[in-house]
Amino acid sequence: MRYRAASILGAAATLAACSASGESHPATLAQQANVADAPYPSTYKAYPGVPTALVGATIYDGAGGKIEGGRVLFADGKVVGVGGSDLAIPAGYQQIDGTGKFVTPGVIDIHSHLGDYASPSVDAHSDGNEMTSPTTPEVWAEHSVWPQDPGFTRALANGGVTSLQILPGSANLMGGRSVTLKNVPSRTVQGMKFPGAPYGFKMACGENPKRVYGAKGMAPSTRMGNFAVNRQTWIDAKQYADGPRTNRDLAKETLAGVLDGDILVHNHCYRADEMALVLDMAKEFGYKVSAFHHAVESYKIGDLLKAAGTCSAIWADWYGFKMESYDGIPENAALLQQQGACVVIHSDDENGIQRLNQEAAKAQADGRRIGIDIADAQVIGWFTLNPAKAMGIDAMTGSLTKGKMADVVLWNGNPLSVYSRPEKIWIDGALLYDYTDPKRRPVSDFELGQPGEGDVK
Amino acid sequence: MSPRKPLRTALARLSVLDGTILGKWELGKRGLVKRGLGRLLLAPLLLGALLSGALPNLAAAQDFAIINAKVAIGDGSEPIENGVVIVRGGKIAAAGPAGSGHDAKTADSFGVDTLYNARGAWVTPGIFAALTDLGLVDVGGVEESNDTSAQGSQFNAALDVARAINPAAQDIAVSRAGGVTRASTAPLAANSIFAGQGAIIDLGADRAAVVQPRAFQLVVLGEGGARLAGGSRMASKAALRNALREAAAFAKGAWKGDASLLTRADAAALGPVIQGKQKLYIHAERAADILSILAMGKEFPRLDMVLVSASEGWLVADEIAAARVPVIADALDDLPSSFEQLAATQSNIGRMVDAGVTVAIGGMSGIEQPRNSAQYAGNLVALNKVPRASGLSWGEALAAITSVPAAISGFAGKLGALTPGAAGDVVIWDGDPLELSSAPLQIFIDGVKQPLSNHQTRLRDRYQDLDESELPKAYDW
Repeated sequence: MRYRAASILGAAATLAACSASGESHPATLAQQANVADAPYPSTYKAYPGVPTALVGATIYDGAGGKIEGGRVLFADGKVVGVGGSDLAIPAGYQQIDGTGKFVTPGVIDIHSHLGDYASPSVDAHSDGNEMTSPTTPEVWAEHSVWPQDPGFTRALANGGVTSLQILPGSANLMGGRSVTLKNVPSRTVQGMKFPGAPYGFKMACGENPKRVYGAKGMAPSTRMGNFAVNRQTWIDAKQYADGPRTNRDLAKETLAGVLDGDILVHNHCYRADEMALVLDMAKEFGYKVSAFHHAVESYKIGDLLKAAGTCSAIWADWYGFKMESYDGIPENAALLQQQGACVVIHSDDENGIQRLNQEAAKAQADGRRIGIDIADAQVIGWFTLNPAKAMGIDAMTGSLTKGKMADVVLWNGNPLSVYSRPEKIWIDGALLYDYTDPKRRPVSDFELGQPGEGDVK
Repeated sequence: MSPRKPLRTALARLSVLDGTILGKWELGKRGLVKRGLGRLLLAPLLLGALLSGALPNLAAAQDFAIINAKVAIGDGSEPIENGVVIVRGGKIAAAGPAGSGHDAKTADSFGVDTLYNARGAWVTPGIFAALTDLGLVDVGGVEESNDTSAQGSQFNAALDVARAINPAAQDIAVSRAGGVTRASTAPLAANSIFAGQGAIIDLGADRAAVVQPRAFQLVVLGEGGARLAGGSRMASKAALRNALREAAAFAKGAWKGDASLLTRADAAALGPVIQGKQKLYIHAERAADILSILAMGKEFPRLDMVLVSASEGWLVADEIAAARVPVIADALDDLPSSFEQLAATQSNIGRMVDAGVTVAIGGMSGIEQPRNSAQYAGNLVALNKVPRASGLSWGEALAAITSVPAAISGFAGKLGALTPGAAGDVVIWDGDPLELSSAPLQIFIDGVKQPLSNHQTRLRDRYQDLDESELPKAYDW
């Protein structure tokens, strides 16, 4: 029941997004119910927790707020209250002294392939790209996720990551559905699925699709080919969506979900000019791009991105590893923020996901050096509330707000310092990592009986 | 074009014109430059130097001193408050606390042309980035611009990166602006376990990058080498032993080309390796592979070996220490990325150092980027607060990206530390150099002040606003 209720919240959010682009889909609520009834439903259940008061820490709430010597209360898996030293602590709460420490919402990675490209990275674990057709809207990333990927445990213990979106790879123009997970170990992927999270849809522009399929002697082999294949696919999808939708067609069902506004588009794209074309393609077919991913040239079109309400999910400083990343600059995030566009720091990497806070701090400092001062409390939002918004889960998590999931990280210092690490991490109010307790850390099946089992990593 | 206020602000922190510093720092197209000779002429402190014709030259080594600095020598020691660094003739003349003979107040009294007042800013040796691909790549994924490996070549050990390095490469300019002043550049193994010969380079903005060509030979064992050698560790280890024997025969003039697997050029290239005149870098991850390499060191005692990567080194740290083989390791690898890295942990370096192994942070190439060396070093300091983890002290962490890689590369006392006689590679930072928020304000290599601009800074400058009301952005340069 909780699942269905949450998904209706999601529908309201997507309706709002559609009206912003001048479109409306009266059928959305009804169709959203269908999405809620989608197969492979989440079986995630929060683990038990005790009512807890974090006392005396510096609190960054993820939504731009900062409280020195503040208090965070949570119980029954939810945030109960956030405030200063005058916030009363109800009876029965365990108190944890946070003096000199910092509290943030759980870190959220909008771009991960954990489970789909699991460690060890052997060919048998290469499950992230269905590279057999330039458009594969029919595949779902969750059907590739290996919950035993040790990467999940590192993302938790070192990165404070409590939610993450697993995306198909970028070989295809349309790579398939993403899945949003709670970073709680489970025997099944269903046991990790974030209840009520909308699906995402992975698209990719630029070099990858044209290279992969051009090399096979088929379309697309050029950027214009990329657009032609995309547009024809959308035209066919619209025809399906406008019809009775009675014939099951996995690809078309996903595309129709995008056109309905129920499935959020996450578009891998590097170059500014190409992002501008994608924004027009989205207008042509009546969908919204929730976020451009990688987006190393977003700083050149912050105005367009702001107008479109599209986030840029970016690294702090990656550049130059491929032609379309040649103009990446470390000031990308700060310039976007200055231009009023939405910034998300992402990883796309099993190592980078352990340091999203550090990448954000570097990007903040690079901005400061060119005169763009962005407060620490806002920068925290780059890896908490902003990704939650772009993933459509911000009504449930992403900030320390009363009623939201108690996804909380207690850091042993300022998370924007290189010298800080997560000390304790709660997900839905359950303590799932505690660096003072050797056993309060997850160890995947794969690592049992291996050298280094249960090590600090 | 927006005014570049922030850099000027940064500038003010470092600045000058307080009676001890001469000249005026300004932001020029090449970064922070010193201008205003008129002021200099008015400044009595420099007058002597001017009269003697010792004008500061942007393109040549300056004799300079930096005072009021928080100085980190790079040798593992902790930083010194109120320190002084003196550079003469392109080399470090002295560095240490003021008051220990370095408390003079004028350029003349230091015997230099220029005095910089750091006003409390940090000063360190430049970063020495071990095992990079600097100078070999324009764009990683653009094959024709990437000289890191030579898959189709007939040669392997004979390959020599010194002949391919481009001193004007953007990655050199970008890394320089990040505080990297020296590096080793290595080829990637592509058609043999022998990747070829690496070089030591400087990142100065001039035409000569190579400091020492053919400084080391890189051989790849473990999973990667096994695949290259024919599909098994048996093959890679047989190939290595065979190559060393053929090279020994070649060196003795007993080489029979027809009966040898190596080409003449490769056999010749391995001569210095078997004589111990050229270092042999060996990439391995698994504890068992490391032990096997240490055993080979006993079989070929003249080999001057360096272990590379060694994710499971902590499991055999005592043995590595006893063999006195240094290690260049990845700082933050903590995943079982392969079956030879099952025990990988960020505590690897700390545990090896605790066991007495000499360990440098390295392998920062590609997306990891040499300019992030300081971030990785800082992460190892962070581990000290994590129960059961093993990190490095701040001083050890800085040394792991300065003097230690320099020493492993064969330049102990010559590079990577602010010790007398070492190269004048000096970085002035706007904060703790290992902290995420910090960046270089000024960089000297061999005493020569370096430009900090590059393709990235030019894009940054152009796009500080999106104003095209008068002309397209293409005219804003």
